[in-house]
Amino acid sequence: MSSFLTYLINGISLGSVYAIIALGYTMVYGIAKMLNFAHGDVIMVGGYTVFVICSTLGLPPFVGILSAVVVCTVLGVVIERVAYKPLREASSLSVLITAIGVSYFLQNAALIIFGADTKSFQNVINVPSLTLMDGQVTVSGVTMVTILSCALILIGLTTFINKTKTGQAMLAVSEDKGAATLMGINVNRTIAVTFAIGSALAAIAGVLLCSAYPVLSSTTGAMPGIKAFTAAVFGGIGSIPGALIGGIIMGVIENLSKAYISSQLSDAIVFAVLIVVLLVKPTGLMGKQIQEKV
Amino acid sequence: MKTKTFRQNAVTYGIVILFYLICQGLILSGNMSSLMKGLMVPICYYVILAVSLNLVVGISGELSLGHAGFMCIGAYASAIFAVCVDGKMPEGLELFLALIIGAAITAVFGFLIGIPVLRLRGDYLAIVTLAFGEIIKNVVNAVYLGVDENGLHFSMKDSLSLGLSEEGLTIMNGAQGISGLPRTANLTIGIVLVLITLFIVLNLMNSRQGRAIMAIRDNRIAAESIGLSVSKYKMMAFVISAALAGVAGVLYSHNLSALQATSKNFGYNQSIMILVFVVLGGIGNIRGSMIAAVILTILPEKLRFLSDYRMLIYAIVLISMMLFNSAPKAIEWRKSLAERFARKKDIPAETAGKEAR
Repeated sequence: MSSFLTYLINGISLGSVYAIIALGYTMVYGIAKMLNFAHGDVIMVGGYTVFVICSTLGLPPFVGILSAVVVCTVLGVVIERVAYKPLREASSLSVLITAIGVSYFLQNAALIIFGADTKSFQNVINVPSLTLMDGQVTVSGVTMVTILSCALILIGLTTFINKTKTGQAMLAVSEDKGAATLMGINVNRTIAVTFAIGSALAAIAGVLLCSAYPVLSSTTGAMPGIKAFTAAVFGGIGSIPGALIGGIIMGVIENLSKAYISSQLSDAIVFAVLIVVLLVKPTGLMGKQIQEKV
Repeated sequence: MKTKTFRQNAVTYGIVILFYLICQGLILSGNMSSLMKGLMVPICYYVILAVSLNLVVGISGELSLGHAGFMCIGAYASAIFAVCVDGKMPEGLELFLALIIGAAITAVFGFLIGIPVLRLRGDYLAIVTLAFGEIIKNVVNAVYLGVDENGLHFSMKDSLSLGLSEEGLTIMNGAQGISGLPRTANLTIGIVLVLITLFIVLNLMNSRQGRAIMAIRDNRIAAESIGLSVSKYKMMAFVISAALAGVAGVLYSHNLSALQATSKNFGYNQSIMILVFVVLGGIGNIRGSMIAAVILTILPEKLRFLSDYRMLIYAIVLISMMLFNSAPKAIEWRKSLAERFARKKDIPAETAGKEAR
């Protein structure tokens, strides 16, 4: 029972990381209607930034985290400006391929700068671990911080979208770009802001991910990125609560199947659950059913 | 109209045959580096993969990100067959049967996977095909299969739990894959398979069924209202595409002595790579995806002198090609450039404009 609880809590923690990444995916998809395949690699950039600041330069952790957020935000906006903005009116498939190109670019740039060997990431989150149930269950500091930051991010993001003008503009653009332009909303700026927020979230996810699994290489972000994308689809792409629920369910399933079924097959099980969910609800758990007009 | 498509197809076949003659000439006269020689069979299976994916993405209009999974099924099915019959039949017959078995088994899987997948649309369909591709790769890595005088043994745990007798042979060894394969694939066989693939796809495109598939792509509701069965035609394209990917997988496994499923060869990265060929060559354009597959297979090898920078350059080339090809501004700029160029040659601007259209 206690080991089950440990697996469950670790699963929720992993799921929280997926949820934070999935939020970035879902927001960008909702507004720009594109699958940003390079999102996973922004996570890796965030991880390397903290590595350079904290391990190489020896500066305190919060400086590292802050600069990771800044670097990734700037990177996200630059990527959008250079690679995606010229293709705003082009077919979605060409944007997808461009995003893949950006992903290759980031991975190989990291490979050249930092080399092919994996770096061991020094944990930057120094929170004491918590012991529950007379020492049967131990929750590490990273796990608590991850779950807590996911909750804070979700609350912050929901407030931002519902209460601020920029947030409302984001909703409007995701609903109807043309109408939003007519209402005087600067669509380009709104999209840039979305990319900035998504990339900042990716930076935070990168720090949390690397603190929990302390290895860093140029492909660190790829698989979590794909899984988070799956989580976003699972919860209904474009929906913010959906990303949270999808992420946490995916994380829990992954950890439990690793523990009880087979670590070899855990990815297969996660993807199989996704397929089953999409067969029952073709637009994900919280997705909107869009009626097709003839 | 009929003669035009015929001529177009003849040009496509001609390019393949010309490519074959040039390469064969270079090989026989000893002018081809061993690096390029090693690329000949990969070029063939990448062309088959690109053409078959184009059938789903371009002709049927569904974004599939799991094409490498079908290649994986074809490769493993044929490799199991090859190991089982090793030395019991002539090489040519073995390869022929392996191709049929690989294509048939992949077609069955394509049908089974198509049932759930084709109920979805757009990006949801894309992510489910990606999921299936990853599932195939993961499951193949977890399966242990052996054979002895009592028949086949199967396990998901490890090779010991197969319980083989002393003469038993481990065929699939989990993540270590299958070893001891015959390396019988060569350029000639590859080119024949490419020609067969082109024949199937081009004829399908110009047939009644092909036109139905394209009609469904262009307007599903209109096609449905004139009585076309959407699920039947979509399934047809999906299964044919899967079977052809299986053929590519057979070619892949017969070009290696040991087969392993890694994220590099059968993962989603490979599926995306094939999609890049299709998109860069022009969606729905069979000849384009063929040429793109050849160029993009050779390019990373030719850039090898740049060592670490080669994939970075590749990424930059990919992004700039996409921007140059698809950005509305770039298209406009190219048009105006073409017009200015035409005017300099003293051709009236009107005819130049008509030609551009």
